[in-house]
Amino acid sequence: MHAVATMKPDASKIPPPLASLTGVSKRYGKVLALDNVDLQVRAGEVLAMLGPNGAGKTTAISLLLGLQQADGGKAELFGLAPKSLAARRRIGAMLQATEVPDTLKVGELIALFRSYYPHPRSIDECVALAGVGDLLDRRYGKLSGGQQRHAQFALAIVGNPEILFLDEPTTGLDIEARTILWKTIRQLVAEGCAVVLTTHYLEEAEALADRVCVLAGGRVVAEGSVAAIRARVSQRRIRCISSLASKTILCWPHVRSVTQDGEHIEIVTDVAESVVRKLLDADAGLSELEIRRAGLAEAFVEITREAA
Amino acid sequence: MNAIVENAVPRATSHGAFRSYALEAKCEFLRVLRTPSASVPSLMFPPLFYLLFGILLNRGNSGAAHYLFATYSVFGVMAPSLFSFGVAVAIERERGWLALKRVAPMPPGAYLLGKMAMAMLFAAIIYCVLALMACTLGGVRLPPEQWLLLGGIALLGTMPFCALGLVIGSRANASAAPAFVNLIYLPMAFLSGLWMPLTMLPKIIGQIAPLWPAYHLSQLALMTVGQVPATGIAVHLLWLAGFTAICFAIARRWLARVG
Repeated sequence: MHAVATMKPDASKIPPPLASLTGVSKRYGKVLALDNVDLQVRAGEVLAMLGPNGAGKTTAISLLLGLQQADGGKAELFGLAPKSLAARRRIGAMLQATEVPDTLKVGELIALFRSYYPHPRSIDECVALAGVGDLLDRRYGKLSGGQQRHAQFALAIVGNPEILFLDEPTTGLDIEARTILWKTIRQLVAEGCAVVLTTHYLEEAEALADRVCVLAGGRVVAEGSVAAIRARVSQRRIRCISSLASKTILCWPHVRSVTQDGEHIEIVTDVAESVVRKLLDADAGLSELEIRRAGLAEAFVEITREAA
Repeated sequence: MNAIVENAVPRATSHGAFRSYALEAKCEFLRVLRTPSASVPSLMFPPLFYLLFGILLNRGNSGAAHYLFATYSVFGVMAPSLFSFGVAVAIERERGWLALKRVAPMPPGAYLLGKMAMAMLFAAIIYCVLALMACTLGGVRLPPEQWLLLGGIALLGTMPFCALGLVIGSRANASAAPAFVNLIYLPMAFLSGLWMPLTMLPKIIGQIAPLWPAYHLSQLALMTVGQVPATGIAVHLLWLAGFTAICFAIARRWLARVG
């Protein structure tokens, strides 16, 4: 009953998932936070959960961590109940809404969390990975927001986890701090740690994830590799400087939107080739032509709009 | 709540859960030590109350002095238990700190025992201050073994109030928890005869007094100083043990829902 994946005949070579939600539903009063969600986390992969606020990302993480109980379906960690101590010893987590006591020093917090695990990382290792070396002697409450996130990250990795759950890990971090954290996450993944990540930052998913799962209204509306998700959206962006009026272009076939950005015009279209041909025909003086495929950001907006 | 109250995995102790327990208690101690604005008033409150109502308003009546010292000892140890569990658990629950530690995973019981050790330390300090005031200013004269026995009762007496505090902490908003605790703490002290002997209060209050855990603890304390006859000790102990167990069971259920 535990290893759902191995029951499928063609999946005999795929090892069972480390963590899974199977047909999970969760309701808060009248709000259906998760509606029949299936999700699997496999060894060594980075799974990014994307979705607008209220999509059910944090609820999905809470169920996988055993902090909440599903109303229907099943959540498992290593084939065990997520609440069990044996399962929780093999994970690490950085939760979104955690306020660590202000009065404790970072070094004291790390020592406390180390004692929870059978095979913890050394303090030196945590310091090196999370970049908290100069923070050990400082009280948590005296740290900046970014430093607090680093300290929380140190607590998440202290137990040498096989899966790391990161609920919006870089919210509020500046670009430099974010880049450092990404580097550390990549290093952990290279060592074989699986990561489940929720994020608002699409570039974060693009930079880190092997697989993306888009939630909207409590349902999985898209799942696959970053490239596959991106390919679901056929849109291209055309950018150029032209004397043509935006209104004129908007009337052309296949044009979805036209925006004026300073002297640049930006056109979103499904069929870039025919629009570009028309542009060049209509305006001989057109310059700085640029065509881009939609990023994850556009794909995401598209997919969640379709689902709504 | 399984990771806290339930003894989930026997192997939990195999990698030195002892160390977790000790560190948990240490962190709890440091937390309190480093927030003197919260801890000093809670240490001062019972002795001040005792000074005003137990010593200054009682001039020279030896029986009353002994009665009030026993009941104020109970009043004194109720405070740290109710507040450290009722208020601190509510805050840590609401801020997600408890959830993170459970996921971490903190070994079963470390959280509760750490807090309980802290409540007992506070209770011991409060009892020592009260005892010092009682023998210097309050005219209380007891043989050494009775001072110790009363201290022992005061320390073990923290248990039912820790459990009651945990019930509050597992449900109440962090901002409402202090009000809830006071709403239980102060009326219960009055209705259990901790401030004034029940014989001086309306009869009905004396009749319903056995409903309150503070009443049973105060009866044990009063027996120690010879203010009530030493009968029915087992009933009081059983009542307190039962009350503690029921409160812990309720808190465990409620906390399980929040993760």
